[in-house]
Amino acid sequence: MIAYIIRRALYAIPILIGVNALTFVLFFVVNSPDDMARMHLGAKRVTPEAIQQWKHERGYDKPLLINHQAEGLDRLTDTIFFEKSLRLFQFRFGQSDSGRNIGYDISQRMWPSLAIAVPTLLIGLLVNISFALLLAFFRATYLDFWGVVLCVVMMSISALFYIIGGQYLVGKLLSLVPISGYDTGLAAAKFLILPIIIGVIGGIGSGTRWYRTLFLEEINKDYVRSARAKGLSERYVLFRHVLQNALIPILTGVVVVLPLLFIGSLLTESFFGIPGLGSYTIDAINRQDFAIVRAMVFLGAVLYILGLVLTDISYTIADPRVRLG
Amino acid sequence: MPVILWTDALIFLLLLLSGLFAWHAARHEHLRAPWREVARSKTAMAALMVLGFYGVIGLLDSLHFHPRLADAQTEEAAYSGEVMSLFDLLAEPLRVQREKTYSAPLAIRLYAKEIIERPDGTTYRDYPRLQHAGAHLADPADHWPDVMRLTLRSLGWGALAWFGLLTLMLAWQMRGGARASAALNRLLRPTTGTPLYVAVWTGLLLCLLLGLMADLGTHYHLFGTDKVGEDVLYQALKSIRTGLMIGTLTTLVMLPAALLLGLMAGYFKGWVDDVIQYLYTTLNAIPGVLLIAAAVLIMQVYMSNHADDFNSVTERADLRLLFLCIILGITSWTSLCRLLRGESFKLRELDYVQAAHAFGVGHLTVLYRHILPNVLHIVLISVVLDFSGLVLAEAVLSYINIGVDPSMDSWGNMINGARLELAREPVVWWSLLAAFVFMFILVLAANLFADVVRDAFDPRLRNSR
Repeated sequence: MIAYIIRRALYAIPILIGVNALTFVLFFVVNSPDDMARMHLGAKRVTPEAIQQWKHERGYDKPLLINHQAEGLDRLTDTIFFEKSLRLFQFRFGQSDSGRNIGYDISQRMWPSLAIAVPTLLIGLLVNISFALLLAFFRATYLDFWGVVLCVVMMSISALFYIIGGQYLVGKLLSLVPISGYDTGLAAAKFLILPIIIGVIGGIGSGTRWYRTLFLEEINKDYVRSARAKGLSERYVLFRHVLQNALIPILTGVVVVLPLLFIGSLLTESFFGIPGLGSYTIDAINRQDFAIVRAMVFLGAVLYILGLVLTDISYTIADPRVRLG
Repeated sequence: MPVILWTDALIFLLLLLSGLFAWHAARHEHLRAPWREVARSKTAMAALMVLGFYGVIGLLDSLHFHPRLADAQTEEAAYSGEVMSLFDLLAEPLRVQREKTYSAPLAIRLYAKEIIERPDGTTYRDYPRLQHAGAHLADPADHWPDVMRLTLRSLGWGALAWFGLLTLMLAWQMRGGARASAALNRLLRPTTGTPLYVAVWTGLLLCLLLGLMADLGTHYHLFGTDKVGEDVLYQALKSIRTGLMIGTLTTLVMLPAALLLGLMAGYFKGWVDDVIQYLYTTLNAIPGVLLIAAAVLIMQVYMSNHADDFNSVTERADLRLLFLCIILGITSWTSLCRLLRGESFKLRELDYVQAAHAFGVGHLTVLYRHILPNVLHIVLISVVLDFSGLVLAEAVLSYINIGVDPSMDSWGNMINGARLELAREPVVWWSLLAAFVFMFILVLAANLFADVVRDAFDPRLRNSR
């Protein structure tokens, strides 16, 4: 088991190197730091000194790969590639283009993101599984049919509609909760409740339909028929046999996204003014802060790979038939 | 003078390819059978009509040209630098009837009060009359009766158009000497076989809507006007092209790479497989939104530094749309690639492929003749399933400002522009509503159609029935 985890972790390294190389090419080769400086400084007729100054403040004035002016090891380390890209492997994200410490910002902002993402995921899971079980229990009836139709309709509505509509209805017309904002500690609850509810509702359509398919696949299997044949009630079969076995794919599907919860939801956070990583990213995109976007790309990749490893492990725990080779 | 934008060229290429595919499928029974099953489904029929409606508008909007300047007296024809489409020409009244600023749906007055000067020089504050909507009314009190009258009239036009189409279809059904009553029955009532009646009744609905847009919509603003007074209905209709482009071109640009790499990985195994797996795992590792954001930021830098390379705003917006399609394609080809890899992994072990090997058939021929035809259903299913997600994604991306060009009509831009207006009192809700309704209908139709296609083409599902 341990050997397997180590092997998977080693397998992650070339992928991270690939991601790193990709971001390096995207951010420094396709467009030179000069282009970035010109974009930031705005005007077309910006002086070369101003560009040089901008680059120097952010450490973009070094050579890309090899520093010919430096001596010894510095030839390789005193470069943009080393300072800006390889440092990411140490989780040293450096300074954002506006001069803030990215690592500190991330460590501060991931908690609000989690405060929204974790409850949304858990409540959503509970709601979706309950609905899906209900539909599976009443399969091939009108309830099932119209339930699926409702799911498709809900899937077809844009996430923006749920957010804007929810904010307008609950926040503005009914004035039950503040429309946006955030607070520390328990006081945050009144800001969190609406985004969480909207997140859950927005996910019901696709989630319920997907879980229903999983349940129906399981219901048609031989052991379920045997269970019914030996006289177990439908409810017992559904909860004891079908639910337990269908939980395996559900669980592993959830584990993949667990690490990514840190990044939060871009849309929800920016609409509700939650100071999480999602709105952090959006702000960075709007301010065209390349350093932050680069850091987030790398962080996202790390978390994704972590999710893959966790999925493999959770398979072995949930399903004893799976053996890691 | 015709103009062919990049996306236009690609969309017509796509049309040509699907035309060829349809021609090919029609000549082979095993390919025709699942399509017949699709055609037997009532849902698919209705969804197809709606998709066709959107498709026609999108295509009309893809035929671009430089309009000839009216006041050109010289021998050589002068063309305006502006790019217009055939759809703009058809929707001329909607396009040119611009008001000053916001006005509510079907209103004849502006949304905000203004200072109006009386003929005698004194001024007062009131909601001024709109310049175009309801301009034919002498007395404002006639407003709502006139709306009712026009609604009935436009519905009448719609019904008339529907009757015309119905007559054509009836004539088509009666070729070969069928009785008129039997043919009419087949068109209007549930029968066995292809549910034509669903198409006919959906057609009635679409004709009525078209009538409303063409008659009532030109006398009033059906969905009101936006901040700069542009007709919201016109914007929503123009956005159709953007939505369709994103939904279809993305798949078109990603398809060759996904097919080639996926098949090769599964077929050759070994180091080829390793390299391709590494490639798509790496791309997949970056969360989609972030990769898109990074790529679009980079493109914005390029475009702002090379502003002179683009002849017109339309051209720039078009290239940006194409780029967005490509980058969306890059983030979404991986799942298809993985599916194809798994499938060709299985197929290469099958007896007939082994037999082909034994006969000394080359790898390329085996891939083309034996593997490719057997994975096409996966390609088709994933293309149809992806469509709706991409249309929805466009709106979200435009909201984050990493979507289509702000100058381009798109539902995302409409929502983005209108969402702050909800804070106003009274609220400006019509832009949002129009964008959401148009998007919802397209996505719903696409989802329903995709489900039927999946059920018909997936061999696993086919056997379980």
